Amino acid sequence: MSKLIEVSYFAIFREKAGRDSEAFKTKSETVLDLFKEIKKVHGFDEPQGHCKVAMNNDLVQWDAKIEDGDKVLFFPPVSGG
Amino acid sequence: MKITDKEIKIAQASNGLRNKRSGAYVSFEGWIRDHNEGQNVRRLEYEVYEPIAIKEGENIIDEAKKKFDIHHASCIHRSGLLDIGECAVWVGVSSSHRKDAFEACKFIIDEVKCRLPIWKKEYYENGDSGWVNCETCASN
Repeated sequence: MSKLIEVSYFAIFREKAGRDSEAFKTKSETVLDLFKEIKKVHGFDEPQGHCKVAMNNDLVQWDAKIEDGDKVLFFPPVSGG
Repeated sequence: MKITDKEIKIAQASNGLRNKRSGAYVSFEGWIRDHNEGQNVRRLEYEVYEPIAIKEGENIIDEAKKKFDIHHASCIHRSGLLDIGECAVWVGVSSSHRKDAFEACKFIIDEVKCRLPIWKKEYYENGDSGWVNCETCASN
């Protein structure tokens, strides 16, 4: 079943996607599947193992399940400090 | 854990860690340098996703308090545009003795660099710019 997910992008992901967020229709079950789908759409080539993902403002593991209406945030490799 | 787009007031921040039980205070300051990987850096911009940066920063400080025998710990990270020489991040730790303060301070800055949703964009003298990857974090 299709779900409508609100996806947000940061830093280099935002620049590559050309937007800071979008409503994304998907049949993906997990945030990892959604990320793989989105990587193809926007041409992200950062290794997934160096990226992080949050759902509804909490960091989550890549196997976290997504539900219709979830807010998913994709973080490219960080570089604070 | 604090995020600010203003200058970090270090003396004020370190005074907040003072207490009668502490005989040691250790701090770390990260400064903006004028070069990186062979390029001359003109200025730098930090993008921060504050809701999670603050939450994750508090988690790191709580972990440090459990792992080391310290009294207080605090971290302040800048956001926005910074010039060469400015302080980008400050970590301060107070404890009874120096050993735990040193170790906790290193633990906090190492974790902050790898775990907080903060991204650094460098602006070079030749007019180019680029997002920086944390090499230490990428190899983990």
